[in-house]
Amino acid sequence: MGAGHAHRLYRHGHSPVHRLPAHTKLAAAFAFVVVVVSTPREAMWAFALYAVLLAAVAAAARVPAGFLLKRLLIEVPFVAFAVLMPFVAEGERVHVLGLSLSVNGLWGAWNVLAKGTLGVAASVLLAATTELRELLLGLQRLKLPPLLVQIASFMIRYGDVITDEMRRMRIARESRGFEARGVRHWGVLAKSAGALFIRSYERGERVHLAMVSRGYAGSMPVIDEVTASRAQWSYALALPCAALVVCLLGWTL
Amino acid sequence: MHVPDGFINAPTSAAAGVVAAGALAVSLRGARRELDERTAPLAGLVAAFIFAVQMLNFPVAAGTSGHLLGGALAAILVGPYTGVLCVSVVLLMQGILFADGGLTALGVNITDMAITTTVVAYAVFRGLVKVLPRRRRSVTVASFAAALLSVPAAAVVFTLIYAIGGTTDVSIGKVATAMIGVHVLIGIGEAAITALTVGAVIAVRPDLVYGARGLEQRLKLRVNGELVDAPAAEPAPAPVPAAARSSHRKLWITGLVASLILAGFVSFYASASPDGLEKVAHDQGIDQKEKPHANADSPLADYGVKDISDARLSGGLAGVIGVGVTVVVGSTVFWVVRRRRTDSDAPGSSVSQAA
Amino acid sequence: MTASLEVSGLAFAYPDGHQALFGVDFAIERGERVALLGPNGAGKTTLVLHLNGILGGGAGTVTVAGLPVGKRHMAEIRQKVGIVFQDPDDQLFMPTVREDVAFGPAAAGLKGAELEARVRTALERVGMAEFADRPPHHLSFGQRRRVAVATVLAMEPEILVLDEPSSNLDPASRRELADILRSLDVTVLMVTHDLPYALELCPRALILSDGVIAADGPTGELLSDDALMRAHRLELPFGFDPRSVTART
Repeated sequence: MGAGHAHRLYRHGHSPVHRLPAHTKLAAAFAFVVVVVSTPREAMWAFALYAVLLAAVAAAARVPAGFLLKRLLIEVPFVAFAVLMPFVAEGERVHVLGLSLSVNGLWGAWNVLAKGTLGVAASVLLAATTELRELLLGLQRLKLPPLLVQIASFMIRYGDVITDEMRRMRIARESRGFEARGVRHWGVLAKSAGALFIRSYERGERVHLAMVSRGYAGSMPVIDEVTASRAQWSYALALPCAALVVCLLGWTL
Repeated sequence: MHVPDGFINAPTSAAAGVVAAGALAVSLRGARRELDERTAPLAGLVAAFIFAVQMLNFPVAAGTSGHLLGGALAAILVGPYTGVLCVSVVLLMQGILFADGGLTALGVNITDMAITTTVVAYAVFRGLVKVLPRRRRSVTVASFAAALLSVPAAAVVFTLIYAIGGTTDVSIGKVATAMIGVHVLIGIGEAAITALTVGAVIAVRPDLVYGARGLEQRLKLRVNGELVDAPAAEPAPAPVPAAARSSHRKLWITGLVASLILAGFVSFYASASPDGLEKVAHDQGIDQKEKPHANADSPLADYGVKDISDARLSGGLAGVIGVGVTVVVGSTVFWVVRRRRTDSDAPGSSVSQAA
Repeated sequence: MTASLEVSGLAFAYPDGHQALFGVDFAIERGERVALLGPNGAGKTTLVLHLNGILGGGAGTVTVAGLPVGKRHMAEIRQKVGIVFQDPDDQLFMPTVREDVAFGPAAAGLKGAELEARVRTALERVGMAEFADRPPHHLSFGQRRRVAVATVLAMEPEILVLDEPSSNLDPASRRELADILRSLDVTVLMVTHDLPYALELCPRALILSDGVIAADGPTGELLSDDALMRAHRLELPFGFDPRSVTART
C-alpha cells in the first residue's frame, strides 16, 4: 500500500494556518490524533465534534472540502478491513437485514473508521498547509535526532531524482519492445531495480564528496532558525486543547 | 499494511513507539559506526531508492500486480542498522506527507515493517550465508529465504501487537490466520523480487552488498582453481578467531533460523487449512459469549489479557510464533547489551518522544 | 606573491593498486584561468579530488595560497578550493537553492544577516537571485549548473575548480555560463573535454596524460599543435580551427 506517492499534497496558500511554524502544527496534529485515539468509542457525538473542529481548521486554511475528501481515499484498504469486522468479530450478535453481525465487531468497525478517518484528515490538513522543507525543519525543532532528519531530507531531495531515473529506465525498456506482463518478466524488472540501487548508492557517495568539499563534518549547519511565539503556539494548540475537552467530556458523560 | 490511527489502542501504540524509538537510537549509532559522516547522504539515498522501488510494479497475472516492501532488500544491501533507518524514514514520511499510516500508529508501523522485517531478514540471511556453500548463488538463495520469512514475521508481530492492544474483539486466531496467510503469499513475491534484485546488484557491484561482505575474498581465491566442486564444506570451524564469541553467535543464529522456519511453515500450513484453527477459535468465541457485558462500560476492558489467553489456547500456532519472535527480540536485546558494553565511547544519542 | 595553487611531484595510487598520477607539477597564479585537458582516464578527476584533500596520502604536495593541503588545515583548504562537480544534482543536495548556497558558508560558521548577504551576492553573480526559494530539482539543467557555481562562490574561494562545466548544456546556457565565468575575478581551473570552450575562456592550458602534465602553454598554441593533440587523444570538433579564433580575456 505504499504505492502512488508521486504527487505532492501541498496546497499553496497564505492562510493563518499556512503561516504557523511547522513544529507547532506537527505538535498540534500529533496531540490531536492522540486525543482522538484515547476517546471512548461509545461517545459517538465526540467524534462528530472532532470532525467539526477539523472542518473549522480546514476552513481557516482555505482547504476545499473536495480536496480533503479526495485525499481521504488513501484509507480505502482499511475501510474494507473495517467492513469485515462485524462478520468475524466475537461476542453478542444482532441480525440486520438477514445478516448476522457481531455487536462488538460493529463497535470495532466504527472505532477504526472514525479514528482512522480523523487521523488521516488531520495528516492531510498538516501536509496541505506545510511545505516539505518546513516539515523537515519542524521535525528538527521537535528534537527528532538530527541524523534522522538529515536522512529524511536527503530522501525528499533525491526522491524525485531517483523516481525519474526509474521512469527513464522504463522508457528505455519499452522503447526496445519490452513490456512486463507477468512473473516471467520479473528478472528484467529486478535488474532495473538492482541498477537503480547501484546508481542511488553511487550518487550517495558523490553527494557526500560534494558535501565534504564544502566543509561538511557530520552535522548540518543551522541555516534557518524557526521560532514560534507564544501566540503562535497557543493558536496551534487550540485544536488539541479543544479536542481534549471533548475527550474528557466523552469519558465523564 | 500501514496501520491507521485507532486500530491499536493508545497505551499499546505508545509502547510500540518506545520500542521503535529505542531501536532507532540503536540503529542510528550502528549506522554511524559503519558509515561515519557518510551516513546521512548514503542512508538518505537508499531511503529514496526504497521509496522509488515501492512504486515499481511487478505484474503477477491478469492485471494484478505487486510491489516490494523493501525491508529485507534494505537489510541485505545496506545492513540492518542502515536498513532500519531507511525504512523507518520512508514510513515517517509516508505518515506525515501522505497520511499513509496513522501518526499515533507510527510506532506500530515502524516496529512492524521497519524493525521486524529488517532484523528477521538479516538474521536469516546471515545464518544461511554462513551455512550454505560460499557461492554467489547462495547469496541469492539466502536473500530469497530472508525475504520470504521477513514478511510473515511482520504479520506475526502485527498479530501480537493486535493481541495486546487491538481495539476490536476479533479472535486472535482469526487475525493470525488471515494476516499470516495473506502475508505468506506476499512474502513469496517479495522473496522472488528481493532475490532477483540482490542477484542483479551482486553481479555488478558485489562490494555494495552489505550482507555478502567477507564472502567476496574467499570467492576470488576459489575462482582461480576449479569453481564447480570447491570443497565448501567445513571451512567454518577451521578458523576459530574468538571461539566463545563465534560459537555463541552460531548458536543463536541456528536457533533463530530454526524457530523462524518452523513458525513460517507451521503458519503456512495453518493458513492453508484453517478449519481446525477456526474451530478452536469459534469454540473460544462461544465460551466468551457468556460474559460479554461484565465490564463493557470500560473501553479498556474489551482487549487485553482475554485475547492473549485466547491465543494460547487456540492451537500451538501462536506459541510457535511467539517462540520465533521471542528469540528475535531476546537475541537483539542480548546483542545490543553486549555491544553497548564493548563500546563505551559515543554518549547516548537522544531519541525524541516524537518517534 | 604566492601562487593560488601549486602542485608538485604529486603521485597517487588507489587502494586497489591502480596508479593514476605519476608526478604532477604545475602552478597557477592568482587571477589566471587555466584549462586542464586530457583524454578519459588521464587522471583528471583524481587530480581534482587532491586539490581539496578528499584524496591524499600519496607522494608530493598541493599548496593552496601558500597553505599545504593536509589534515591540519582541512577546513580552511575546503573553503579556499571550491569544486563544482560535473552533475549538479550531486552538488545541490539541500531542499532549496538558498539553503544549498548557504550550506558552505554556514558550515564555516557564518550566521544571520552576513550569511544572507553572502548567499544573495553569490546568487546575483550567477543571475539566479530570483530562484532562491525554489527546490533545485525544479530548475533546468543549465540553471542548476549555475546554482552549483553559486554554492561554491558563496564560500569566497581562492580558486574555483570546475569539472566539465559545459557538459549537457544547450548552446545558450553554455554561453551564459561562459559569460558568468568571465565576469568573476577568481582563479579558475577548468577540467574539460570541450576544447573550443577551453579556448574561449582560458588563455592557458595544461594537458594531463597518463598521470603527468604533458604540455603547458597558451591554449591556442597547444590546440594548434596537431602532433601533440594526436599524441594525447585530443580532437577538435569538425571544422573548428583554433588559429581563426582569438581567446577573449
